Amino acid sequence: MTAATYDLGKLHGGLRLPAHKSASTAAPIRNVPIPAQLILPITQHVGEPAQPVVGIGEHVLRGQLIADHDGALGAPVHASSSGTVIAIEPWPVTHRHGDPSPCIVIECDGDDRPVAPGNTPGNLAGSTPEALLSQILRGGIVGLGGAVFPTAQKLMQARTGNLECLILNGVECEPYISCDDMLMREHAAEIVGGAQVLMQALQIATCFVVVESDKPDALEHLGAALADLADERIILKQVPTIYPSGGEDQLVQLVTNREVPSGGLPTDVGCLVQNVGTAAAVFNWIINGEPLISRVTTVAGDGIVNPMNVRARIGTTVADIVDFTGGYAACAEHLIIGGPLTGKSMSTDRVPLVKGTNSILAVKKSSFAGRELPCIRCGDCAAVCPVQLLPQQLFWHARANNETKLRDFGLTDCIECGCCDLVCPSHIPLTANFRIAKGRIQELADEKARAARARRRFEARNARLERDKLKRDNELTQQKEAAKRAGPAAIAAILKRKQQEKEGD
Amino acid sequence: MITAVTTIALIALLAGLALSFASRQLPSSKRDLVESVNDLLPQTQCAQCGYPGCRPYAAAIVEASADINLCPPGGQATVERLARLLGKDVLPLAKAAQPTVAVIDENACIGCGHCRNACPVDAIVGAHQLMHAVIESECTGCELCVAPCPVDCISMRPLA
Amino acid sequence: MEFSRRQSPYWSARVAVPGVMLQVLLALVPAAIAHVWFFGPGFIFNLLIAIIFAVGGEYLVMILRERPPKIALSDYTALVTAALLAFALPSLTPWWVTATGALFAIVVAKHMYGGLGYNIFNPAMAGYVVILVAFPVHLNLWIAPRIGDIDYQYLTVLQTLEFTLTGSLPESLGFDAISRATPLDLMKSGLNNMRTAAEIRAHPVMGDFGGRGWEWIGNFLALGGFWLLIRKIIRWHIPVGVGAGLLVPASLMYLLAPGTSPSPGFHLFGGATLLCAFFIATDPVSAATSPKGRLVFGLGIGLIIYCIRTWGSYADGVAFAVLIMNMAVPAIDYLTRPAIVGHANSGPADE
Repeated sequence: MTAATYDLGKLHGGLRLPAHKSASTAAPIRNVPIPAQLILPITQHVGEPAQPVVGIGEHVLRGQLIADHDGALGAPVHASSSGTVIAIEPWPVTHRHGDPSPCIVIECDGDDRPVAPGNTPGNLAGSTPEALLSQILRGGIVGLGGAVFPTAQKLMQARTGNLECLILNGVECEPYISCDDMLMREHAAEIVGGAQVLMQALQIATCFVVVESDKPDALEHLGAALADLADERIILKQVPTIYPSGGEDQLVQLVTNREVPSGGLPTDVGCLVQNVGTAAAVFNWIINGEPLISRVTTVAGDGIVNPMNVRARIGTTVADIVDFTGGYAACAEHLIIGGPLTGKSMSTDRVPLVKGTNSILAVKKSSFAGRELPCIRCGDCAAVCPVQLLPQQLFWHARANNETKLRDFGLTDCIECGCCDLVCPSHIPLTANFRIAKGRIQELADEKARAARARRRFEARNARLERDKLKRDNELTQQKEAAKRAGPAAIAAILKRKQQEKEGD
Repeated sequence: MITAVTTIALIALLAGLALSFASRQLPSSKRDLVESVNDLLPQTQCAQCGYPGCRPYAAAIVEASADINLCPPGGQATVERLARLLGKDVLPLAKAAQPTVAVIDENACIGCGHCRNACPVDAIVGAHQLMHAVIESECTGCELCVAPCPVDCISMRPLA
Repeated sequence: MEFSRRQSPYWSARVAVPGVMLQVLLALVPAAIAHVWFFGPGFIFNLLIAIIFAVGGEYLVMILRERPPKIALSDYTALVTAALLAFALPSLTPWWVTATGALFAIVVAKHMYGGLGYNIFNPAMAGYVVILVAFPVHLNLWIAPRIGDIDYQYLTVLQTLEFTLTGSLPESLGFDAISRATPLDLMKSGLNNMRTAAEIRAHPVMGDFGGRGWEWIGNFLALGGFWLLIRKIIRWHIPVGVGAGLLVPASLMYLLAPGTSPSPGFHLFGGATLLCAFFIATDPVSAATSPKGRLVFGLGIGLIIYCIRTWGSYADGVAFAVLIMNMAVPAIDYLTRPAIVGHANSGPADE
């Protein structure tokens, strides 16, 4: 069943890129065996790091809570397999490009014994939204598209506005990445089931599952799953294959033709976006009782011998995963977690797979840019920018460090998709320049705020000293007046008393 | 030709008179310029530039009696911003500075209150005869509290 | 295993500036062949001299600027400037005229403003205007096209070469014998002498729609231009703008006063209109950047060309039109900023 393509919005710009997905989607998802050691960072999400609740030497079971969420924004971490906690120490992690961050290291015992089933609802009947939301929080579910925002808090924030529809993001527009495609082919039932859980938690009645037109297998399987489910509220939509349709704001614009306001969220226009993987994870936790302890990841690139999609336990190192697939090719020069346009470059492959690792790419050196020439003002960058910015002007002002102009031209709206880099004939590293400029204008804004605060305190202090001086002057004048009114006799009496006191000393 | 020369000369004379009248009689925007310059300064009120605060220094810059490179907390970045605003040349910073905060040694403090009165942004709190402390987040590192302390218990600690 | 780190994105553009310039040169080849066919080998000599002085000038200037010359020379932009200058000149041009134009274009109009990407004015047009004003006689020495005119004495290759190198014609010929008015010259002088457009069009040098020889060159220029459009080297806004800016007033006047106005087709194929629309005005560095801005830029050029042709004293106003609109580009860019997605209405901020 192919979805209808009417009443879609239109994306400005964007690029049709070579997909490079056929190699990794040729075979079904394979399971990576449980490794000897699992390294679980306590920060795998946006917000406060989770606090460990286990000690060194403690034996843990699969699915057991090992770090609890801390503060208003956070998510818990669960053990991905049974074993003994041997250390809680810094280890290279992906969100720091290979630099260390605290992790809980578990030596696996190979039994993979699950923790006793907890009080998961099992089915949805009678679950209030609040109960569902707190349950989702306990499952450690975060956005699996890569943003890793804690799902429960995202849903809670959305409920405070007027939400109209849920959008499940199966677009996966970046080249090489195909984990969501394979998930939609093999686990379509879980995805649509998860949509139902989310709709009940949000109390809304519309859900769009959005897939790009270059994924016919995924569309077919999702269509069949939806037919089985017979839930009219969930609609399958197909969008053209253009990068970066999968960005949150871009997807909302495509599906509903509404623009997310600058600096705002999709909930401001009544929409909430969740990755299809997140929906499946919610289903697995709420209905099957399994917390987020594994995920599907694409392993691909010219530097990988056998590209494929694998399901691995959270905490398996990238080295182990690549080893399982058949190792690196000789030409592998850079290791990228994520896609070839927005991914992060790692210094080592000892980093563990975490909740947000959607893709592991090894690329060769020759893919990169040649010598940088001056900007020739061709305007191609503006033609492809999905946010309708003028990257050429932003580049000019970034070079000049002109903070006002950068804000005026919308630098903070840049989504760093990389489309401008891909069309620049002068091979200028535009996205990198913008990233640095964003940091700089944030620094400037902080400095200005600090200066403004100091100035307010200074002015307040001056005002206080003025007030005190005025008060003292008033008192003095009043005393003088009182003395004058009292008359010369009273003054003489005071003087006499003072003289007596002096003689008395 | 004589007509042409005379006409042009007359126009020039009239234009010159009109301009000098305007520059004298119309309100000057000097105050706005002082405000703009003051906005670019870091507001530490430290007097390291030789003027008793940021606004006096801004006024001196506009009067052209002070160079634009005298503010250490502002750094070279402020010199460049001032140069851009005023159309002047960028000069190297006269005196470099590292961001610091003041720290009071609690054991030595006698509670005299001199440092509290000296702080231009009221970042020192304390009651008379009782221990004083610096609110680190509000301290601008101006160093005006160090000299008045009679027991020398205030030191400047570099930030980060 | 350890890896080296990089900033994203990890892909880069396939297109590069040298490649773009080579494609522009390729698009000019058919028109160049037509030029040589109709007007003799003078074009080749002019091209060679322009290239020598443009490239040589760039080399020297980069050394003066204490930069490696290879950086500037390897982007082939000097070649394109030289080619456009050669197209603008009459085929009989002494070498010092071409050399002055090429040197001014590269050294002054391009490098004194900062080099590639920083020049405000179109270098080829700036060079052309300088030699137009400095050597007015030589730049009005247009010869007749090779249309089998038995009364006309066509120069041989050697004679052309001799003129290019020395500036002197063979003994038996004088300037007046060789030079012929271009179709645009004829139209302007004819209209000034109160003849009707139809009468002027009856002259043998006027072709079917432009001028004999010139219309073929125009056809090939248009072909090259369309090829560049398909390859996305240039975008449609500037050519359409120039065409509309010129043809709309031309068509209007032609409908209202056909006796004293040349037809729109004549405007399109006569002079350097097609060269300007596809190759000269589309120079990205000196043109506006936003799509709307480019339309306005092209429209402005077309309008000014029409004004100069109709009421100005020059027969063709392409070069001046381009330079005038180059001056307006910062204002056009400021006023035609696109609305950023997510902002209520974008435009220039109130400062």
